[in-house]
Amino acid sequence: MILHTVNKSPFEKNSLESCLKHCKKGSSLLLIEDGVYASLKDTKYSDAITTAMNDISIYVLEPDLTARGVQDQLIDGIKSVDYAGFVDLTVEHDKVEAWL
Amino acid sequence: MSEEMYDEDEYQGEIKKLMYVNRKAPYGTIYALESLEVVLIGAAFDQDVSLVFMDDGVYQLKKGQDTKATEMKNFSPTYRALEMYDVEKLFVSKDSLEERGLKVDDLIVPVEILDADQMADLMEDQDVILSF
Repeated sequence: MILHTVNKSPFEKNSLESCLKHCKKGSSLLLIEDGVYASLKDTKYSDAITTAMNDISIYVLEPDLTARGVQDQLIDGIKSVDYAGFVDLTVEHDKVEAWL
Repeated sequence: MSEEMYDEDEYQGEIKKLMYVNRKAPYGTIYALESLEVVLIGAAFDQDVSLVFMDDGVYQLKKGQDTKATEMKNFSPTYRALEMYDVEKLFVSKDSLEERGLKVDDLIVPVEILDADQMADLMEDQDVILSF
């Protein structure tokens, strides 16, 4: 299974949209850098993420979330990971696909 | 001194209406920080400055930014210092806040909220617009 990473804001680029369209059931998505804005409640993209969570595991890189001051807005069920957790996810999956 | 010469301290150039339009999230790209630096440098010249935050630019003003774990510079407190440089006209897009589930209380500085029509009028009223 693939670990997908998205590092662009969903408001600015279609990286998240393309990624979700190509994520197979059981794969994982890690939101990093400006991609963390996709992990938030009450946004235009919250529904797309909560729907996707039925089929894939979604993670967010916590240092990038707190840097942006949006940690309180995190959607329930998205798992926060630190840099070591990022490494673990990379090791656990066969390959990484970065949606730039 | 001849009468044609003017005292540098008294010389007032033409005051222009200058708008900075900020549309990028902080940290992911360098635009937000660069814009802030240009605004601070530009504040040395007496101009009629307006700052606009729209699209992901509204995230620049989000309260509670803490960049320690990323080892990046948290420049968000600098927005609170703009007032001391007489940069006091800050405008935020209503639509951009709503799309992101944000309220005016989530922002670190007092701002004026404008809808798209009001924003368009404000843009039309400027002499120069700088985009970041």
